[in-house]
Amino acid sequence: MWLPTSANGESSGGGGAAGLGLVQRRLHLDATLLGMLLLLSTVGLVVLYSAFGESLVQVERQLIRLAIAFAVMVVLAQFPPLVYRRWAPWVYAASLALLVAVLVAGELGGGARRWLDLGVVRFQPSEFMKIALPLLVAWLLADRELPPGFGRTMLALLLIALPVGLIAVQPDLGTSILVAAAGGSVLFLAGLRWRIMAGLLALLAAAAPMLWYFGMQGYQRQRVLTFLDPERDPLGAGYNIIQSKIAIGSGGLYGKGWLNGTQAHLDFIPERHTDFVFAVLAEEFGFIGVLLVLALYFAVVARGLWIAHHAQDSFGRLLAGGLALTFFVYFFVNIGMVSGLLPVVGLPLPLISFGGSSLVTLLAAFGILMSIHTHRRLWSS
Amino acid sequence: MSLDLLRDKAGESRVVRRRLLVAGIAVLLLMGLLAGRIAMLQVAGYQHYASLSQENRVRIAPAEPTRGLIYDRDGRLLAENVPAFRLTVIPEQVEDMDALLTGLQEIVELSATDIERFRDLRERQRRFQEIPLKLRLSESEVARLAVNRHRFPGVEVKAHLTRFYPYGAIGSHAIGYVGRISEQELRQVDASQYRGSSVIGKSGVERFYEERLHGEMGLVRLETNALGRTLRTLERDPPVPGEDLHLTLDIELQRVAETALGEHSGAVVAIDPRDGAVLALASQPGFDPNLFVTGITLEDFRGLQSQPGTPMFNRALRGRYPPGSVIKPFLGLAAAAHGTVDPDEEFQCNGLYRLPNVSRPWRDWKRGGHGEIDLTQAIAQSCDIYFYDLAYEMGIDAMHEWMTGFGFGRPSGIDLPGELTGVMPSREWKRTNRGEPWYHGETVNTGIGQGYMLATPVQLAASTAMLANAGRPVRPHLVAATEAPGEDSASRLAPAEPLVAPVTLQNPALWEEAIGGMAEVMHGRRGTARAVAEDMPYRMAGKTGTAQVFGLAPDEEYDEDEIPRELRDHALFIAFAPVGAPRIAVAVIAEHGGSGSGTAAPIARQVIDAWLLEQGELPDVAADVGER
Repeated sequence: MWLPTSANGESSGGGGAAGLGLVQRRLHLDATLLGMLLLLSTVGLVVLYSAFGESLVQVERQLIRLAIAFAVMVVLAQFPPLVYRRWAPWVYAASLALLVAVLVAGELGGGARRWLDLGVVRFQPSEFMKIALPLLVAWLLADRELPPGFGRTMLALLLIALPVGLIAVQPDLGTSILVAAAGGSVLFLAGLRWRIMAGLLALLAAAAPMLWYFGMQGYQRQRVLTFLDPERDPLGAGYNIIQSKIAIGSGGLYGKGWLNGTQAHLDFIPERHTDFVFAVLAEEFGFIGVLLVLALYFAVVARGLWIAHHAQDSFGRLLAGGLALTFFVYFFVNIGMVSGLLPVVGLPLPLISFGGSSLVTLLAAFGILMSIHTHRRLWSS
Repeated sequence: MSLDLLRDKAGESRVVRRRLLVAGIAVLLLMGLLAGRIAMLQVAGYQHYASLSQENRVRIAPAEPTRGLIYDRDGRLLAENVPAFRLTVIPEQVEDMDALLTGLQEIVELSATDIERFRDLRERQRRFQEIPLKLRLSESEVARLAVNRHRFPGVEVKAHLTRFYPYGAIGSHAIGYVGRISEQELRQVDASQYRGSSVIGKSGVERFYEERLHGEMGLVRLETNALGRTLRTLERDPPVPGEDLHLTLDIELQRVAETALGEHSGAVVAIDPRDGAVLALASQPGFDPNLFVTGITLEDFRGLQSQPGTPMFNRALRGRYPPGSVIKPFLGLAAAAHGTVDPDEEFQCNGLYRLPNVSRPWRDWKRGGHGEIDLTQAIAQSCDIYFYDLAYEMGIDAMHEWMTGFGFGRPSGIDLPGELTGVMPSREWKRTNRGEPWYHGETVNTGIGQGYMLATPVQLAASTAMLANAGRPVRPHLVAATEAPGEDSASRLAPAEPLVAPVTLQNPALWEEAIGGMAEVMHGRRGTARAVAEDMPYRMAGKTGTAQVFGLAPDEEYDEDEIPRELRDHALFIAFAPVGAPRIAVAVIAEHGGSGSGTAAPIARQVIDAWLLEQGELPDVAADVGER
């Protein structure tokens, strides 16, 4: 039933060449997106080699993780969107159950309860939510006429708030922001009334002081205060921001050159291979390098939105658009925090930071995006 | 799906597509914001941040302070710092690491742990940073490396100050040792002070006085190049060396005490009754503290663990033994002061003691009994019946109060980590610890230091000193003075207050009764340790004891037939000398040593002889006595 049919009326960009068309039809991959993702991953390996002080061992480790994550992407791209639609509520329910399990029986790591240990594997159930939530919201809203009515909107908000709340109390602010963005963007694309959005924003503003006093941990408050005035704690919490700004700023227009970033190499940048890897990139490759990487990131988001635009049903459109926008929020928050535009919330830079579990989720999302794109014609025939 | 047919799919698609456009525009605007922010830093702020980055080229490295030295009372070094040679490798200069390691193994003994640690560090550190491969090289290894230097580019031999204990196992339980800092220890100290340090005090004086011995970390400001290699040292904020410690311990007396214990596991604690200065603190078996300094190998540690007698266990501080008959002078004194007994009254001992309504009699250690004896003779001959009756008449409440006053059941407060407290039972103690009421039979057992009663050697020595001082307590301590770096003279540490209040008697003559009884133990015609006092040029007060239980909790059944021979009868002995002007008080415990008089008393005499005769303390004493 899902056998790829011959290409007719090929309208997608990048499908022009016969070879690329083959990738698209036989492997159900989007060649354009795949190319950009590979390019970003390569940039990541190059920057990591420098951030690790020219140690190949860690770069090899990242390479293995990338290979696994890309394999997951290829596998997920093979299932047609209908499969995702059918499984959406179950995936969500299972992920939510796992989140509750984490709070009850999770492993403590660095003061936060995020991990579930199943003996063989240790994993972060909050990662699943990055995909399960947009799936569920797209399933819920695409089932009826769009834009959704008031009741359906409220139901969607509740289903978003549940996992976001559970992740926020772990506490994992970065992931909860991403998950909220994933659910919220689907809701937004479905045509959420501007009036309701304004109401929600007002509610959030009103809740902020409450959150400050009752919802936030001491270290989170510290982060916000430090963000507002990094100099108040130059050797403690503010140190990261000050040093990463120095690294970025001293990169100048052209950068200090690969492997020549003094800030990064002299250990002035903490977490220089994870959350703050962008500072290394900016220092060594300068504004020109930053613009090129930003352009690549933008191209990925644009391609995702383009896929959403050309999707053949509401479910596909909402899901693809939601995943693309989540990816945007991902790197926007990271670069924003490293450059001192946003408070530090602890999120890696997608495809470039060192790390495994979020890489798999990230490329899994792109696998689903590609599936939406490459299974299109089957629906219309 | 019926609803689906009615849906306005085109309209829906329009809604979503319009929103996608809005989102796309928002994304574009926010991208512009990001780019603008980066431009602000990299283009507009370039000069500012570039100069800040220049300043950042100065790197601060910690400088390890030199650990304070430890001397004994005669100024002999007990713990010093010696340069030891480390083997380090700079990975950047090595072409083939596997070949290098194989080559090095021909010359230097490298354990699997060494290589594992090296590989681990290598992954985490920079290529140009030197990584230690082996922490302590033997002299021949250093020589062999020097000869083969040309074969191994990137390999260096570096000197580093390392703790060394010249006396090895002698005094190891008192001095203690240093070892690699653990994560847990780092959390308990000011971690910023330990950035440059690799070791920390683990036991004994080394641990108790860690703060004084460690010193303060210094800083070195280094100029580094773009790759982080050190170019030159800009500035030095030198570390402050730790303070030197002068112990009250006499390492030669310590050696005598350990030799006197011989093959027995056990403990000897000798203190100066005048001020509580610890002269010797032996716990056998001991261990070589040098094994721990650069990280004990698993092999060595297993060796220590598997040795019989648990050499790492400090018996002087943590060994809890039933004190047996050595409590008789204390109890006799207490009963006399309390008014329970008249010290001069003759008591009839026929070898058996019966409690009303209890059919089983208590027996004396001497078949047939001691006949007519008074308090002095009851102490001298260690008459059990006398003390059974005394205990019963006095009652557990008064006994508890008086014995606690002598320090029983309380810590001595010595300046060493990990001291355990003995047990001086009472009704309340039994209720909270056993959940049972107190029985008369237990009072009787307590009368000869059995039953629930437990004491540690160091506490016994402190109590003995109190007896020698006629009630004035002292707090045992090992450190007499500290010497800050750069100062010429040591400053005495103010002695800590004793944990026990002085005992004052309405009739001070009673002290002479108890001490006289103890002198009779040594010098009397029927004293239990008279054989040990032969040819003694001074007068000594002592008391023998035998502890009948080992390894049994007080509530366990004691079945002599089931207990192997080597688990029976600890030999105990307490003593001080010379009578009249005491200079040394000693407590001895020889595990499974049999009788106190046969095993423990000779050990005490060797220690006291060494102190009074060989150390030349006696002539002074004779003069003192003469002045009286």
